[in-house]
Amino acid sequence: MSTTLSPAEAPVEPGRRPASVSEVVMQLEETWRAEPGLRGWLRSVDHKSIATRYIVTAFVFFLLGGIEAAMMRAQLARPENTVLGPDAYNQFFTMHGTTMMFLFAVPIMEAVGLYLVPLMIGARNVVFPKLNAYGYWVYLFGGVFLYVMFFLNTGPDTGWFSYVPLAGPEYSPGKRVDVWAQTITFTEIAALVASVELIVTILKTRAPGMSLNRMPLFVWAMLVQSFMVLFAMPWVATASQFLAMDRLLGTHFFNPAEGGDPLLWQHLFWFFGHPEVYIIFVPALGFVSSIVATFTRRPVFGYPAMVLSMVGTGFLGFGLWVHHMFATGLPQLGESFFTGASLMIAIPSGIQIFCWIATIWAGRPRFTVPFLWVLGFVVLFIIGGFTGVMIASVPFDQQVHDTYFIVAHFHYVLIGGAVFPLFGAFYFWFPKVTGRMLSERLGRWNFWLFFVGMNLTFFPMHQLGFEGMPRRVYTYLAETGWGDLNLLASVGAATIATSVLLFLINVAVSLRSGSLAGDDPWVGDTLEWATSSPPRPYNFPLIPVVEGRSPLWGHPGELPAVAGLRTDVREVLVTSMLDAEPDSRHRHPPPTIWPFLTAVATAVTFITLIFTPWGLVIGAPLLFLALLGWAWPHGRDHAEQRRIEAEAPVEVTA
Amino acid sequence: MTLLQQAAGFPGAHSVLDPTGPQAALIKERLWDPMYGTAAVTFALVLAALFWAAFRRRRSSEVPDDPARERGMRVTVGLATGLTIVVLFVFLVIDAKVGRAITATPGHDALQIRVTGHQWWWEVQYRDSLPQRWVTTANEIHVPVGRPAVVELRSTDVIHSFWPPNLTAKRDLIPGKENSLWLQADRAGVYRGQCAEYCGHQHAKMAFLVVAQPVDSFADWLTRQRDTASTPTDSLTRRGQEVFLGSACPMCHAIAGTPAGSRVGPDLTHLASRRTIAAGTLPNTRGNLGGWIVNPQSIKPGAKMPPNNLDPDDLQALLAYLETLR
Amino acid sequence: MCLPFRNRENLRRIRIRGSARRLALASSLLLVLSACEREKRQFETWPPSAAASTAVREVELQPGPPTRSVDVRGPYANNAFGVSEGKRLYNQMNCSGCHFQGGGGIGPALMDAEWIYGSAPENIFETIVEGRPNGMPAFGGKLGTDQVWQLVAYVRSMSGLLPKDIAPGRNDDMQVRSQEQATEKALPQQSTLPPSGERP
Repeated sequence: MSTTLSPAEAPVEPGRRPASVSEVVMQLEETWRAEPGLRGWLRSVDHKSIATRYIVTAFVFFLLGGIEAAMMRAQLARPENTVLGPDAYNQFFTMHGTTMMFLFAVPIMEAVGLYLVPLMIGARNVVFPKLNAYGYWVYLFGGVFLYVMFFLNTGPDTGWFSYVPLAGPEYSPGKRVDVWAQTITFTEIAALVASVELIVTILKTRAPGMSLNRMPLFVWAMLVQSFMVLFAMPWVATASQFLAMDRLLGTHFFNPAEGGDPLLWQHLFWFFGHPEVYIIFVPALGFVSSIVATFTRRPVFGYPAMVLSMVGTGFLGFGLWVHHMFATGLPQLGESFFTGASLMIAIPSGIQIFCWIATIWAGRPRFTVPFLWVLGFVVLFIIGGFTGVMIASVPFDQQVHDTYFIVAHFHYVLIGGAVFPLFGAFYFWFPKVTGRMLSERLGRWNFWLFFVGMNLTFFPMHQLGFEGMPRRVYTYLAETGWGDLNLLASVGAATIATSVLLFLINVAVSLRSGSLAGDDPWVGDTLEWATSSPPRPYNFPLIPVVEGRSPLWGHPGELPAVAGLRTDVREVLVTSMLDAEPDSRHRHPPPTIWPFLTAVATAVTFITLIFTPWGLVIGAPLLFLALLGWAWPHGRDHAEQRRIEAEAPVEVTA
Repeated sequence: MTLLQQAAGFPGAHSVLDPTGPQAALIKERLWDPMYGTAAVTFALVLAALFWAAFRRRRSSEVPDDPARERGMRVTVGLATGLTIVVLFVFLVIDAKVGRAITATPGHDALQIRVTGHQWWWEVQYRDSLPQRWVTTANEIHVPVGRPAVVELRSTDVIHSFWPPNLTAKRDLIPGKENSLWLQADRAGVYRGQCAEYCGHQHAKMAFLVVAQPVDSFADWLTRQRDTASTPTDSLTRRGQEVFLGSACPMCHAIAGTPAGSRVGPDLTHLASRRTIAAGTLPNTRGNLGGWIVNPQSIKPGAKMPPNNLDPDDLQALLAYLETLR
Repeated sequence: MCLPFRNRENLRRIRIRGSARRLALASSLLLVLSACEREKRQFETWPPSAAASTAVREVELQPGPPTRSVDVRGPYANNAFGVSEGKRLYNQMNCSGCHFQGGGGIGPALMDAEWIYGSAPENIFETIVEGRPNGMPAFGGKLGTDQVWQLVAYVRSMSGLLPKDIAPGRNDDMQVRSQEQATEKALPQQSTLPPSGERP
């Protein structure tokens, strides 16, 4: 069968189109070859290579944030303990929050998306590969900068939320908060870059036939998340720049005596900060949907309901920021509105849970490790969800706000709702990324220790909140009677640490000697399982054509494929937004060092700006040169591009 | 908490689940109890559904995506969603009603108290139409049992949050903004409150007490607090006062009736009548007070009070004097 | 934190080959030391406090063999937290009552280049502790040594004599002066005593 999707058959140069698949593969290998060595590593624009680095880096930050948490639990294990003094403790809890939110959770979710989305939609790479590389480097430099400063005793100490006036120039002297504000700028740029990347990749480069209503739920989740990032991140970037200006230039955005307002900070921060929670959670919905479908051997029940509830979550997530500010004394009617919005967001979450349970009920579940993580996710997330509904109530929230009850709530939501699915995703896609399976036995230990440790750590915190223990305290009096439950929580933290250690061992053992996975170890339904494990730099020898929501399950044999894309140069297929019909062919850039250099220039600018206004004078020319190099036109490429555009159509063949 | 500690009133009762004020009681009885019940039942139901879905016995003839069964699932999921919406809506209505009841302003007979947050202590002021009758104290709020008290909340530095969990929900003290709440204690007792908004190094040690006493003993207390400090009578306390006035103390502290009038730190006019020192951190005993004066930084690192180098005799005289400030 | 680098003697023992590495190490060491110093929050001093006296050496000349010279910069000259504590004390000890926010009024201006009794840290320390004729009270009995050194550091920041990454930013108050960290350095000039200062 051969269907031409383009109106006219264009002349084909002799010898350009390879005769057989093996010849195609050979040519693709040559064209998309990854450069070797350090130079190649710095110049790489392959989404898999960059996303893997992203994931590894973010996981390292997860471990660092975890060590900080462990130190905090050690300090709080006993009343009036002296493991950390107030100054150190304040830096530790700030670093923990900042690391987990800005350096781990959001980046790793986007990174998993950057790895999998092109594979799931049958693309060769993301659409702006140079920008993608730039995003990673900026993120890396931001994170490393924060930690270098932390080791130089310049770690921020005003909380990941940095409320003014405490974080303002008067009450936080020195450079600690400036470091925080600038780290935010780094990570915001990286997050925005990744979201733009994902949105355009998803909307413009899906394989022919993958209309929007056939997109895997995972891809939908990443699309919704990316749009949320796009609308949420600018707020915190703005706010952190206001803060930096107040601190460095003497502006008065947050100074009430000069007409500023400390509450302005809270509005700006939470207008980002609440969607942030869903930015972390929505991709997890995608992980869970992929895992549930694969291990129940049927598509997730209620595809339209799932998609609509994810989109609904995306919109509603922007309407609840004030529930972080119920204790600030805002007008009551306004607060009631946000109570309503906060309750409403439970509805899409409910629908998702019901749909997964229905899917499990109807399917034939296989209790593999990824599926275990999903079951754990449902249990924990429901607990976090219930406490979430409770604190939507203004009076109740005013009781438990800023207490350990809230600490318990959001750890149930974030660990239960995002980290559990993430670990599930690690076990699920690890074979695809590395070609080797993780051990199921260690995986079960990993899961159960985490599950038990998680509940030991955080469940008692509900009670601690009720007993009056506020958050962010570096110690407490023995007479308060909080000692026993805190000790229990610290024991739980040690359990979680053991579990994560087991995971690291599992990964190390598997990389060395794990059993080989093959292309499709789980019998998955989406396109990433149709290519080799690990995938080659060009992802697919032939771009597949999609004829349904579960492209691999309907086709026991070969997938239909696209023909007519050049394989002797880097060329990708651009399709239309709604129906994914072949639209045009696009010349893909070769590896380049300029994203790295531009990121270096960006980092130099941002970091020197903290210490001197000359940062701009030093940084601007550097950035200009870097961008010049980035955008320098290559005459040969342009001619080539014009030729491509005039040339042969794309065909779809079976 | 042991009975002994409760008897001593240190550190004071602090629990959301043991309300002694009308608002805290409303929140516990009208919101927490039903919410907890509903959540527990729903949690059990959803878990049961999940485990049944996962582990139920399956016939070998079952088809995973049988269209007839899909219809049934659609109805079930729809019903569950509908039920969720109904429960949430009922909850919204209850919440609004409780919210109204809690914020409704109390009658005109309410006591007016002004609480100002400082890093890291609470200034408490009972105002009056006559400024000379104002009472300024710190970290300890006395209220008469059964009479509502309106607490005006201000801050002079960073954001703090006022929270006595047994009595009422919390409210932030925000610089440049005037907040207020009201509370009422239905039983006599000592209730602990603590700053709930992160406010810097000693956020952990910024507590206060609410002392609820019968109406007449409250009136007595207030009258005594209006007095200026007693004049030292014996040579030791006289020397103690000289030490106080001659050292760094009056740079920050006030004692009414003496030249010391600074408002930087807590007012010490009736220091000895207070149960705790250092914002609810230590019981107010001679030993604790001495340790605090000599080296506050070992008790609350970062506190704004500098250490004081006093020779032992001076210190003893000073402590003797401070103990007379009842 | 900063522990591995606290002992400068140890570092000196590290053998380094190649000037580039030495330069890199030296500059990173400088960064480390300056950052640690700038951000240290020194709460507890030991002994807890000594009432400030003028036991500050102003000259290095002395009879007999040379001993280790005394560092008279004061412990807070490179410490942002100490300087901000000094700024707090400046208002709480009512320095602003006479010197206002540095512009001077009843007392002389502190944000200009003129220093009647010297601009060196030890001079300012002595001025605060001992007082000066014509109205500057002696704070010796009222303030501990550390508080005085914090005030010294802050007073110097008012005329831009501290590095800009150490000097404080604006206050959360009505703006009465430009922030210290944006103050241009006013190169100190020793001014003569005011005529009033010479009257018996």
